[in-house]
Amino acid sequence: MKNGSVGIVKTRYYTFGFPPNELKLESGEKLGPITLAYETYGKLNKNKTNAILILHALSGDAHAAGYHKSTDRKPGWWDIMIGPGKAFDTNKYFIICSNVIGGCKGSTGPNSINPKTGKPYGLNFPIITIKDMVNAQKHLIDYLGIKKLLSLAGGSMGGMQVLQWTVSYPEMCHSAIPIATAPYLSAQAIAFDEVGRQAIISDPNWRNGNYYNTDKIPARGLAIARMIGHITYLSEESMHRKFGRKLQDKEKYSYKFLTEFQVESYLHHQGDSFVKRFDANSYLYITKAMDYFDISQGYKSLTDAFKRVKSKFLVISFSSDWLFPPSQSRVIVNALRNNLKEVSYVEIKSSYGHDAFLLEAKHLTRLIKKFLNTVSKEI
Amino acid sequence: MLKYIRYDLQIIGNFIKPNSKVLDLGCGDGTLLEYLKLTKNVIPYGVEISEKGIEKCIEKGVPVFQGDIDEGLLDYKNNSFDYVILSQTLQVTKKPYKVLMEMLRVGKKCIVSFPNFGYLTIRLYLLFKGRMPKVKFLPYNWYDTPNIHHLTIQDFYIFCKENNIRILKKVFLNFSLKKNKIIKFLPNIFAQYGIFMITKNNK
Repeated sequence: MKNGSVGIVKTRYYTFGFPPNELKLESGEKLGPITLAYETYGKLNKNKTNAILILHALSGDAHAAGYHKSTDRKPGWWDIMIGPGKAFDTNKYFIICSNVIGGCKGSTGPNSINPKTGKPYGLNFPIITIKDMVNAQKHLIDYLGIKKLLSLAGGSMGGMQVLQWTVSYPEMCHSAIPIATAPYLSAQAIAFDEVGRQAIISDPNWRNGNYYNTDKIPARGLAIARMIGHITYLSEESMHRKFGRKLQDKEKYSYKFLTEFQVESYLHHQGDSFVKRFDANSYLYITKAMDYFDISQGYKSLTDAFKRVKSKFLVISFSSDWLFPPSQSRVIVNALRNNLKEVSYVEIKSSYGHDAFLLEAKHLTRLIKKFLNTVSKEI
Repeated sequence: MLKYIRYDLQIIGNFIKPNSKVLDLGCGDGTLLEYLKLTKNVIPYGVEISEKGIEKCIEKGVPVFQGDIDEGLLDYKNNSFDYVILSQTLQVTKKPYKVLMEMLRVGKKCIVSFPNFGYLTIRLYLLFKGRMPKVKFLPYNWYDTPNIHHLTIQDFYIFCKENNIRILKKVFLNFSLKKNKIIKFLPNIFAQYGIFMITKNNK
């Protein structure tokens, strides 16, 4: 099996934090019990030194590789990177991916049943942060009996979690691969998040988050939020290449408010298909968690925040990513270097924009394979 | 573990004190930094622009930053490195003055090595052939050479003097010599390479 697939996989669930041992959140509130949905690929070695934690982005889930059923059309979200012979080689490494808290793909989130009321949480779900997501994952890693992760990797919000892990649990992170991410969410990115949230909140079907037991969901609002988000994941060049000014199923302008251009049709499709797989409240909660992210919070400076980290880093950015631009990755690198940490930085030339971390498999594979090979000799 | 390392890199290695913090600009495949890490236990950092070089560095476990040294070292604080090395790269930079000044700002000491355009063979080549010199250690045509800012050892002396740069150490090499490659007599004529350790600090 070379460069193959991990095949048919199953999502597992781990539940913890039963009262009175709920997870204490950054906001001061408590959450529990908590279920985390997770998947694993490959085999954990005897000394448990080959585990790699994969962290997903805003709309991701635990299903990072392989297929759930043989009839599935699409594999997991990072299947191009995870599998036998791939960057995260399942012949060598034990790969773990869990759905974040606040999510809607099997982990406890706003659409889960609140044990106190017997009804879905809705807006009674507490505000969560990236740090809370990481603290929850820590329980899962403990449960799996892993004392030290060989590496952690993730793009975008996944990269934020990587950074948070190295700061919160330095002893547990031998190496780290934050990709297309930032030490804090920029004003521009917060702005886009807020527009997305307002689209959901303005949808009459949202009903203050209490739509779970009605026959209508805030589909329009969520679709618009996704459309806005999707624009920020692409680049001017990639949009131009993909769509240009091509018209959708027509030769001439119709001079009407109909879907005229291919790019419009594409965004509609992205919005509509997202609604089928994602919960609007989860979108609100997770974007909020990203907005609050600032790894230097509670420290004197970013450099101070990274003082105690023990990981070796491979920081990767993409040249055309304007949502999490290379300059923000360089800020991470500088702060680490100010602390004399071992950090490498690569800016991959790509026209794919922020989405490049899901697409630039060749580049990423070459770098990550070498990096993992080097760090796995030291653990 | 240690393979044979180029003689000029060995000399640079001899300049460097153990356990120091070293930045190698244009570090290529990380050979020098790996060597310094193993022999001098330095804290190595490399800057390299090529993807191939970057991948080799990552393979060697040498921390490397993908960047263009011509764009400056803005990300680096004053005197944040014990040594900044620019090995065989000065003549390739677009803005050698800026690169040198930035090095001197960031590094307490800087090590610069470059091919000497005042070398005898080059002088004779230009004199007798009337063409841009194409010799063994500078094997390029004028139109495809990466070396866009040639200088001589004499030029470097004058540059240091004009810019209040102190020369702490210097070694001159001629690789065509079989035994002792170090040149002491009239280096601007007989040396192929100059290696200088310089500083702007007064200490």
